[in-house]
Amino acid sequence: MERKIRILIAKPGLDGHDRGAKVIARALRDAGMEVIYTGLRQTPEQIVAAAVQEDVDCIGLSILSGAHMTLFPRVLELMREQGLDDVMLFGGGIIPDEDIPKLKELGVAEVFTPGASTQDVLAYIRSNVRAGA
Amino acid sequence: MSTTKKPSNAFRDADERWEQETLKPTLSRMPERAETFTTTSLYPIERLYTPLDVEEIDPVADIGFPGEFPYTRGIHATGHRGKLWTMRQFAGFGSARDTNERFKYLLEHGQTGLSTAFDLPTLMGLDADSPLSEGEVGKCGVAVSSLADMEALFDGIPLEKVTTSMTINAPASMILAMYLVVAEKQGADWKRISGTLQNDILKEFIAQKEWIYPPRPSMQLVIDTFKFCTDEVPRWNFISVSGYHIREAGSTAIQELAFTLRDGIEYVQWAIDAGMDVDAFAGRISFFFNAHNDFFEEIAKYRAARRIWAHVMRDRFGAKDPRSWQLRFHTQTAGVTLTAQQPYNNVARVAIQALAGVLGGTQSLHTNSLDETLALPSEHAATIALRTQQIIAHETGVTNTVDPLAGSYFIEKLTSDMEAAAMDYIHKIDAMGGMVEAIDRGFPQKEIQDSAYEFQRAVERGEKVIVGVNAFNVDTSGVEVPMLVIDDSTGESQRRNLAQIRATRNADRVTTTLENLANGAAEGRNTMPLLVDCVREYVTLGEMCDTLREVYGEYQEPVF
Repeated sequence: MERKIRILIAKPGLDGHDRGAKVIARALRDAGMEVIYTGLRQTPEQIVAAAVQEDVDCIGLSILSGAHMTLFPRVLELMREQGLDDVMLFGGGIIPDEDIPKLKELGVAEVFTPGASTQDVLAYIRSNVRAGA
Repeated sequence: MSTTKKPSNAFRDADERWEQETLKPTLSRMPERAETFTTTSLYPIERLYTPLDVEEIDPVADIGFPGEFPYTRGIHATGHRGKLWTMRQFAGFGSARDTNERFKYLLEHGQTGLSTAFDLPTLMGLDADSPLSEGEVGKCGVAVSSLADMEALFDGIPLEKVTTSMTINAPASMILAMYLVVAEKQGADWKRISGTLQNDILKEFIAQKEWIYPPRPSMQLVIDTFKFCTDEVPRWNFISVSGYHIREAGSTAIQELAFTLRDGIEYVQWAIDAGMDVDAFAGRISFFFNAHNDFFEEIAKYRAARRIWAHVMRDRFGAKDPRSWQLRFHTQTAGVTLTAQQPYNNVARVAIQALAGVLGGTQSLHTNSLDETLALPSEHAATIALRTQQIIAHETGVTNTVDPLAGSYFIEKLTSDMEAAAMDYIHKIDAMGGMVEAIDRGFPQKEIQDSAYEFQRAVERGEKVIVGVNAFNVDTSGVEVPMLVIDDSTGESQRRNLAQIRATRNADRVTTTLENLANGAAEGRNTMPLLVDCVREYVTLGEMCDTLREVYGEYQEPVF
């Protein structure tokens, strides 16, 4: 049987707004993916360690606090250090348009902003992520 | 319960005739747009409300008069004819100096009270130089790590004259202590200053999730402020029991109403259990509700809230002072309804939401800025938001009469139905042993998560329309909205300032006051005077909070 896509949904930083993260986690789970939700206030180190341990295919970060330009690069850096080259990183939250190209240049695959539907996220993951062996 | 005159048989006959002769042919010619109509909370709404729907509602006992029990029509006999609501725009970003400038700007433009937003490190009881604060200093609000920041924040603002609301919860008592020391240094009398501390830790566990300590010691800190303020700062509103964040997290209107009022009940019960006389403190409890999109549902919610609270305070707690029965509340328009797409549409949303708050009889109001789904408000956007309130107050005429929607079959029925539904939740939580126990079980948290998910699914099925998002969408990528950008320089300067404060203060006094705090907390003494002593010595927020972390431990959220 084909392995299910495994996703880590993470809330880095101090921000406690977890409505979006939880709605996405539930929608992906309902769509048959295996979703691990980290809970609030995870450091980039904890997130990447969880990604390694859980052997995930992609990581989704939810950030609404404005700290995205600090937190995304740090997670990417740690992912590289841990050799997670085939793990996709995407994100969502309150992220101004002009920061999105910068994040993509750094290696963030996609950024979903307010109003994105869970179906958009689902479709993106289905066409861009393959479940690992 | 009802002593009202029953609708006459003539009305029943007329109603039946209308259904047969007018409604039925209309429906057969042109069916309705949907099979069921629901509020934004997915609550079903009937086609038509008539006297038959309000048969059980007593116009005297249930609706009554403004300024009288049960306050369904408002807590003031003259409504907004006597006094308009306070226009209180929430502001805070960057350094204390930046926010101080914004405060002065808002006061010059006719705002009548201040409202402070703190950054995430401050809300979590962390100093700007904590490693956990990296990238977050000054981003979502103003950074306050010590008395020096609080002094800069209120520089040139006379605290005896301006009322200040401070949105802070887990470290609320530390921030209040800082405010009181600033007032003291200005020569302001603690007996005369007034303002509001949010200080609502229960909704942090339920919805906003900015906690430090476990629920029980956190409640103890709250009760310490109740006692201290009652004795020392008698005009201070030491708690603002908040439904706002519960709603933003995805609850329905009924859940917002129920969980907020049950939180209020929990605080009153804890204060009484701590030996306080209910009438000595209840009049200083205030509330904070959301103003969401569904106009009538929101108005009914505020009216139901007043009626429930009046009964709870009088009948459940035996309060005798009418002031203890009156639910006073602040309103903020719903941030979660703002869209990044076609952002100027948000001005219309905010105006309609604000109007619901006003018609619901709010005491103060914050109108969101059109750009808040993108970033913190720019000065221009914040001004439009304030002007929206002024237009409602001075141009629309809605303030000319008290509670103008009373007596509407629909509004009265919805008010009563929401009251009943909220009471069901309140009884359920009572049966669990109270709100702290319900939080331990994850009950309100799970209810909210389910509602948030249901709403999202309704949007994605197209059953709920969000203009510009799942309907009427056009490409607006070219629309420029000027934005406030907070760079990382605030973090750097905050770290430098803190290093200087730590180097120049009296280290012995710092150690002594922190030891006193630790000992006092461990012995169960009131922490407020001990915190005031710490603040006077420029002990930082993080140092005070860490000391209590050692005593109380830290909260870990169970994963639901």
